Amino acid sequence: MTSLLYSDVEDELRAAVRKVLADRSPWQAVLARVEGAEPYDTGLWRTLAAEVGCAGLPVPQERGGAGAGWREAAVVAEEFGRAVAPVPWLGCAQVTAALLACEDTALLGQVCAGELVAAFAVPLSTPLGAPPPAGVRADGDTITGTVTSVADALSADVLLVPTPDGLWQVSAADARLAAVTSLDLTRPLADISFDSAPATRLAGVERAWTASLTAGAVLLAAEQLGLAEWCLQTTVAYVKQRHQFGRAIGSFQAVKHRLAQLWVEVTQARAVARYAATCLTTDDPDTTVAAHLAQAHCGQVAVRAAEECVQLHGGIGFTWEHPAHLYLKRAKSDAIAFGTAAWHRAELGDILDLPAPD
Amino acid sequence: MRPDELAARTRDFLTAHDPAALSRPDFLRARFDAGLAWVNFPRGLGGLDLPRALQPVVDAVLAEAGAPDNQPLRIGIGLGMAAPTILRHGTDEQRHRWLRPLWTGEELWCQLFSEPGAGSDLAALATRAVREGDGWVVTGQKVWTSMAHEARWAILIARSEPAAAKHAGLTYFACDMTAPGVEVRPLRQLTGEAEFNEVFLDGVRIPDAHRIGAAGEGWQIARTTLMNERVAIGGGPVPREDGMIGVVARDWRERPEVRTAAGRDTLLRLWVAAEAARLSAQRLREQLAAGQPGAEGSAVKYAYALLNQEIAGFGLELLGELGLRYDDWTMRRPAIVDWERRTPGYRYLRAKGNSIEGGTSEILCNIIAERVLGLPREVST
Repeated sequence: MTSLLYSDVEDELRAAVRKVLADRSPWQAVLARVEGAEPYDTGLWRTLAAEVGCAGLPVPQERGGAGAGWREAAVVAEEFGRAVAPVPWLGCAQVTAALLACEDTALLGQVCAGELVAAFAVPLSTPLGAPPPAGVRADGDTITGTVTSVADALSADVLLVPTPDGLWQVSAADARLAAVTSLDLTRPLADISFDSAPATRLAGVERAWTASLTAGAVLLAAEQLGLAEWCLQTTVAYVKQRHQFGRAIGSFQAVKHRLAQLWVEVTQARAVARYAATCLTTDDPDTTVAAHLAQAHCGQVAVRAAEECVQLHGGIGFTWEHPAHLYLKRAKSDAIAFGTAAWHRAELGDILDLPAPD
Repeated sequence: MRPDELAARTRDFLTAHDPAALSRPDFLRARFDAGLAWVNFPRGLGGLDLPRALQPVVDAVLAEAGAPDNQPLRIGIGLGMAAPTILRHGTDEQRHRWLRPLWTGEELWCQLFSEPGAGSDLAALATRAVREGDGWVVTGQKVWTSMAHEARWAILIARSEPAAAKHAGLTYFACDMTAPGVEVRPLRQLTGEAEFNEVFLDGVRIPDAHRIGAAGEGWQIARTTLMNERVAIGGGPVPREDGMIGVVARDWRERPEVRTAAGRDTLLRLWVAAEAARLSAQRLREQLAAGQPGAEGSAVKYAYALLNQEIAGFGLELLGELGLRYDDWTMRRPAIVDWERRTPGYRYLRAKGNSIEGGTSEILCNIIAERVLGLPREVST
């Protein structure tokens, strides 16, 4: 049984990532960026990938990575969630998982090194357990079709496109990308269309497809955990210093109990997210259950944490100038990513032999 | 000591003490004396000064050999509450007198804390302990005492200094339940049976040698006990689907006629919640193995209380007509809560106690808010 605790190495990694994010991407900078011309901070991502080695953590050294594991990648994802960092880590992680399931390609090493930013061209809402979409078709060595609501594509150099008959590598320059006005300001989406775009077939689609969605779902749970931790911590700090009726509002039981309950939920989300990351790292036979469990649980906790954060901040929490809304939008958007909680419950029911009525 | 060395030591012990040839108490006493009772306890007191995490190594070897255990469910109060308190705050003499028969189950322990006027506000307790000669005379009424009718000893808190501040005037004792003046009456609960008792103490004499810790320091000592209680209640090892959720999942699998689409989503929501609670208890046990129980135990206890109630309520409704029937309202005094073999109505009713016993859910929220999150304390008298 692998530990659900954090190792010393993981703690050190977390501290390094947290420092970079605190220096380069405090929430004021994130808030300023979301309405600017460059919603993604690709410079920050290159630093994290090239200097801290965040992109290649789950990739063996002989394939161009850092030779750590998905557990370490999940620790980094927690920090990205905590900072609502506008970096294209999720797309890169999905691409990495897909490429790890294929024969060696040059692309994997380039993504690990931060030389290229890559995105996985599927709707962010594509649920774990669904079949590959049929909206894009290959014809010889070109592809044609559209994909909507793709995360991290706006900053990508390369797109990995799953179609019913293969996994294709396409240069982003050969695709038409249209920015979407996204609910999540810090992870803007794009609609993509391919019109006989030159494409290289890397592999069959099945293994890469499952690997990509599974890793995405597991790492998203880590992001949701980090996000929930920020919301809880920030709210606790606020109710200690905000005074009404001559006392700190955090001394009222109506407030204390809500935060205590949220803390319990965050504690559980940590165990669930940690279990999923551990299963993914060790290729445990329980990985699929763990991934569905993580998405059935952690997304709800993140949403609740963000909603409590808004509510318990009172009026200031409803303003644009306070960062709570960045977290609320990320949390709610994440709750749809890779399938809603209800989807994952239904999938679990099938896997666990808890059948639907006839 | 490495796990394989400990396993070898346990096998050596089995060679010298054949469980088939020894009586149950003799085997358990020998196991205690060999330091294989609770390996994290000190040498000479049933342990080997090893990390708590190594205990399963011993238990696995003994279970494989078919050795008798000490019925941990029956002696849970002794194991979970009295023993850690005696170990931490007792004298050497007290440790040697009490821990061995406690662990072997030859002497059962119960807990005399709550009173009719002191539930959540435990420090308001009114049972008096008056110094007299070389001992104390205790008078008062205690309540919610499980196993009092079978127990030989009780851990007891009483007010020894009525003039002192509320939390300062309490003293912690071990009370002999066979002493004159101790009267135990069953307290029938809403399930029909009586797991608990009322205990009346009328001029009970307790030798000063049975005081645990200094006079006036009972509150600090009781806090150790309560922390351990919450871990004992909420933190036991549970495989997937082993608790209340397992019963409901089994009903769902075996009875196609109870299935509805909405019921399935509820079942799976509870399954997910149960699995989240199970994994966080597992993570807590890993933390305990690395250190001491803290307020995290309160989180596990809080979560399980809520969860058991929700699952039991769902499980009752799921069975429709069968859920209208109860098995037995007869007043009995069970030693162990056997919820698995009883009707869903019993499980539903018994689970209502989970958010009250061992600290109400509201008090647990205060503890988490104040000790973990550092929020301001309630106004306290």
